[in-house]
Amino acid sequence: MLDFLLTVIRRDLLLATRRRGDWLTAQFFFVMVVSLFPLGIGPEPELLKRIAPGVVWVAATLASLLSLPRLFADDHRDGSLEQMLLSPEPAVLLALGKAVAHWLIYGIPLLIVAPVLGIQFALPAEAIGVLVLSLALGTPILSLLGAVGAALTLGLRGGGVLLTLLILPLYVPALIFGAGAVDAMLAGTGAEANLSLLGAFFVLSLIVAPWISAAALRVSME
Amino acid sequence: MSINWYKYSAPATFYGLAVRLAPWFGGAAAILTVIGLYLSFFVAPTDFQQGEAYRVIFIHVPAAWMSMFIYLVMAAWAAVGLAFNTRLSFMMARALAPTGAMFTFVALWTGAFWGKPMWGAWWVWDARLTSELILLFLYVGIMALWAAIDDPRRGDKAGALLALIGAINVPIIYFSVKWWNTLHQGSSIKPSGTSMDEVMLAGMVVMAIAAWFYTIAVVFVRVRRIILERERHTEWVKHVLEGA
Repeated sequence: MLDFLLTVIRRDLLLATRRRGDWLTAQFFFVMVVSLFPLGIGPEPELLKRIAPGVVWVAATLASLLSLPRLFADDHRDGSLEQMLLSPEPAVLLALGKAVAHWLIYGIPLLIVAPVLGIQFALPAEAIGVLVLSLALGTPILSLLGAVGAALTLGLRGGGVLLTLLILPLYVPALIFGAGAVDAMLAGTGAEANLSLLGAFFVLSLIVAPWISAAALRVSME
Repeated sequence: MSINWYKYSAPATFYGLAVRLAPWFGGAAAILTVIGLYLSFFVAPTDFQQGEAYRVIFIHVPAAWMSMFIYLVMAAWAAVGLAFNTRLSFMMARALAPTGAMFTFVALWTGAFWGKPMWGAWWVWDARLTSELILLFLYVGIMALWAAIDDPRRGDKAGALLALIGAINVPIIYFSVKWWNTLHQGSSIKPSGTSMDEVMLAGMVVMAIAAWFYTIAVVFVRVRRIILERERHTEWVKHVLEGA
């Protein structure tokens, strides 16, 4: 079973390295959206520091939504998704593996870029640390819940916009706790409470979301 | 006397029940609304803190209750449908969603009218307002998913899964938003008794029951249409339509 999970993850990683264009698009989208805010709002460091956690977090949710429609779509088109579902291995592991691979490909780079953006927004060093930590706990939630939406909208016309409509409300707790952790750090009250809640939400998503994505995949493939 | 409830899980038999019951619930809703509005606008005393403006409560609170309650009922029907694969459960879930979204919208709208005189702002980013807004987004998402899928069987199940994951998420969203910011006044009705005048409470309860009956009537009418559309190839529907 673990072999199957690792195979799914390794396969998606390999496919991603063969198509670096897709991968870079999502990363640059994240950087560009964040960089647009100072241009729209103004360069005062105090103001930028105030909005930085929210801006980075909102951009992270949008960047994950940008890459999600393709999570199952390519495999669906060439028929390999159907073959994987027909295999005796549990579909839950397929859904989980896909979500983990999505996080490795699109989530981890956000963690690496985020400190640079934090410096641009005049965040102090310890707040940047909390920002990266909150993204490390929060971006897997985006991939896990996003996989549910990607499975539900598989093969539908206008699937991408529809996916946004379905999944953004579900992202709200992650956004609140994630950005809240950095805000609390800046306000001097400590980020532990928000990070703990974010961690709890991550564990819950990890337990529940793959089952629902697997069920959604079966519904979509009927 | 025992009633065979399973009999009504078949769309064909439920259709007859819905046809017979809808006018009764609709009539009861109309009568109760008149009584409730009379109680709330002519009998209930003026609030000593909030003046006359508080009377929005008689529409606002029942609408807010219904908006959350309908979501739970819809998710419950969705779960029943997924567990037992009964067609009627999915139809009930589909019939409930527009009414739930309508009540959510009414709660937000009347809340704005209440917020202006009380807080001096049409909208504040308070916990309950925000979670109500997100509830509206959830309703819209589910209805959009149903609208995008042409195959009714797939649409039923996909919408049901989304309703379920939404139902798991609703309490988390509520508490996250609550801890995020809170300004809204506390609930007036608490398990340990209420801080309201009795007539005010009576008006609110009557309005809430009216909202219930209205929902049931509308859902029966809507589910009837859905049954007719889905079963249009069957003999009994042809029979019904010829008779009408």
